[in-house]
Amino acid sequence: MSKQKIIVVGGGLAGLMATMRIAEKGMSVDLISLVPVKRSHSVCAQGGINAALDTKGENDTTWEHFDDTIYGGDFLANQPPVKRMCEAAPGIIYTMDRMGVMFTRTAEGLLDLRNFGGQKNKRTAFAGATTGAQLEYCCDEQVRKHEAAGLVTKYEGWEFLSAVIDGEGVCRGCIAQNLTTMEIRIFKGDAVILATGGGGMIYAKSTTSTICTGTAAGSIFQQGARLANMEFIQIHPTAMLGDDKTRLMSESARGEGGRVWTYKDGKPWYFLEEMYPAYGNLVPRDIASRAIHKVCVDMGLGIDGKNQVYLDLSHLPTDFLNRRLGGIMEIYEKFHGDDPRKVAMKIFPGIHYFMGGIHVDEDHQTCIPGLFAAGECDYMYHGANRLGANSLLSALYSGTVCGPAALKYAKGLSKTAEDADEKAFTDELKKQEAFYEKLKKLNGTENPYVLHQELGEKMRANVGIVRNNKDLTANDQFIREIKERWEKINMVDGHGFSNQTIFFARDLKNMIEVAHAITVGALRRDESRGSHYKPDFPDRIDEKFLKTSKSRWTPDGPEIEWEEVDISLIKPRKRVYNVAKEVSASGK
Amino acid sequence: MANDDKFINIKVKRQDGPDAAPYWEEFNVPYKPNMNVVSVLMEVRKNPVNVQGKAVNPVVWECNCLEEVCGACTMLINGVPRQSCAALIDKIYEQTGFGKQIVLAPLTKFPVVRDLTINRERMFANLIRVKAWVPVDGSWAIARGPRFADREQRWAYIISRCMTCGCCQEACPNVSNKSKFIGPSHIAQVRLFNTHPIGEMHKEERLDALMYEGGIQECGNAQNCRKVCPKEIPLTNHIAFMNKETNKYAFRRWRYR
Repeated sequence: MSKQKIIVVGGGLAGLMATMRIAEKGMSVDLISLVPVKRSHSVCAQGGINAALDTKGENDTTWEHFDDTIYGGDFLANQPPVKRMCEAAPGIIYTMDRMGVMFTRTAEGLLDLRNFGGQKNKRTAFAGATTGAQLEYCCDEQVRKHEAAGLVTKYEGWEFLSAVIDGEGVCRGCIAQNLTTMEIRIFKGDAVILATGGGGMIYAKSTTSTICTGTAAGSIFQQGARLANMEFIQIHPTAMLGDDKTRLMSESARGEGGRVWTYKDGKPWYFLEEMYPAYGNLVPRDIASRAIHKVCVDMGLGIDGKNQVYLDLSHLPTDFLNRRLGGIMEIYEKFHGDDPRKVAMKIFPGIHYFMGGIHVDEDHQTCIPGLFAAGECDYMYHGANRLGANSLLSALYSGTVCGPAALKYAKGLSKTAEDADEKAFTDELKKQEAFYEKLKKLNGTENPYVLHQELGEKMRANVGIVRNNKDLTANDQFIREIKERWEKINMVDGHGFSNQTIFFARDLKNMIEVAHAITVGALRRDESRGSHYKPDFPDRIDEKFLKTSKSRWTPDGPEIEWEEVDISLIKPRKRVYNVAKEVSASGK
Repeated sequence: MANDDKFINIKVKRQDGPDAAPYWEEFNVPYKPNMNVVSVLMEVRKNPVNVQGKAVNPVVWECNCLEEVCGACTMLINGVPRQSCAALIDKIYEQTGFGKQIVLAPLTKFPVVRDLTINRERMFANLIRVKAWVPVDGSWAIARGPRFADREQRWAYIISRCMTCGCCQEACPNVSNKSKFIGPSHIAQVRLFNTHPIGEMHKEERLDALMYEGGIQECGNAQNCRKVCPKEIPLTNHIAFMNKETNKYAFRRWRYR
């Protein structure tokens, strides 16, 4: 057999970890990334990463971490993979520590831990308030080591356009385009791993980076891969309002003692502490976001009559804040102007994370053999709501599963990508080249950037914190219309070199397809579970909807199928946070 | 609002490609409070018409996180290298006066790709040169990492926030397209990896790298780097320290060879 190679698309934590695990076994990797991998969106994660290290005398266990995660996700996640993730977490943190992550330390030089939402024990390791950046840099450095050794070839400044699927239905590589030269070319690989992140940009304003469009997921969705649980979008309770984006103010602010309040009858009202005495300010994100929404929108008690409440840290010592939350202190001060060490921050919920994503099996393989997905772009670990500080964990952990699984798959192939039918590659290349020619010639009346704003506004209004079927039906109709309006785009940039508008227009098309899956998933799920809240169906309905929604692309819109959830380890129970969580019976 | 008829006027140094001649173009964008340079450029692309009223290609620039953690959107703003997401229009006007023209240009120490985008590959290649990583046996879970004192972590963490944005390189008079100087950020990175208990075991390799052509000896002590670092890394302190380290190492290497 000729020399084998695996393609990893995306240079965030999941992609880099998968790359590392493959390169360590001596297999070559082509790493395709939109940006220099060090600038990937993982750098935006702030608060920390969960692992039951149990160094605080609380008898914390990986089982408790597992139970908190399943309970926090309202029982929608398949349980065995989540259990394995929680069990692997301490080892992952210690490995990252060995590899040089500058975690914040205790007096005796151990990793410090702090509190996070939806968990009673101190379980969150952190590096100031820039934990994601520190982990990303560390993985970047390790991959650079393999790059120097010739095992990893980086293609930074390339966008994944589509998978190459041959006549046997097997993925043999992908097509990508260079952002600068506009060259479109074939990448042959025995497995392709997508680690392309979430799609916050579908909502236009979110806490995510501008590259988080979900375009790769949208592309393979149209090629036959399934999307799962897309209706579950995490709305982070504490984000700064901004014109260009809503900037995250980490949950660690509350983990370290921050309090959320507004005025009621002229006096400060710590409404989370009053509504949820057992967890207070550290209720999970879906709960906190709904409470803030209720206080501002339903009760009209937002600060200055606007949709905003206070997140207050001003009672904590300055030195403590600088050390443990410095990163977010700086962001707030720089982008807002006020000093959060002295005055309370003004915040409101903002679109943050996609719990749903590409449907994969326990090896992170999609229904297309050879095509894998890991990180935020998959749907595996968070059910209906993600706990804070579990995203860095799931990104890294899924890389450790997906990388070796792809390697094993590649080694078991009877025919390598190099030996595969050439026609599959050239056909897909021609298809993408033809589409590029079409994009260049778009000369209608719609500015793609303005069209994107409109998509985001509608998604925020209709598929946000509170949902109802009337708005969702209207949104479904809107998406059908915007698909037609996309054809009338005006390619405002006529240049054949480094043309960002071409890429944006193509991404927008895929964003619209994913937006459709989100909308239809939300429309079909007539219950309230985790982040998905319908006042007309206020309860969780396990008999009908304790199921993964699987979305299949059709030209007429997504078709939803329902799949059983593996609840073999913990029996579903009612999820409440005003009283302490019952201990799960199966715990050992 | 009283500012309805007010405009933000920007003048952008544009270039159609790496070998094309640069030219200047001005744009007006309606003023809103709390804008930054990125959001002004985003308005331009929604309606790419210059001050002469002519429809032109939208300005090309890099950005990603919009929170000053990814380093992508670095450019010269009124002559100063900084991230355009964190360059708030109202703050600029506090210094220059409301409505005063804001001048945007690509960094000068890197090849221009198009308009405000530049090619910073050199910085990443130089991270390979100085072996900026901890050489662990592998990424598998074997045991707890080494203990590391809180007092060391506090300053090392500051260095580890470097986002390889290029501000210090731009401000340094000794970095240029012609010189091989690795620049201030990378010297600080060597100190970071030479401090980590496992990285320290291989410190000589990095010290060697600092002593080749383009190494630490090319620092002219202009001290500009420290002033422009968006992550407030005290680069000059780290360069001074590494200077001592390389001197000691050179002496030892000579004496015990």
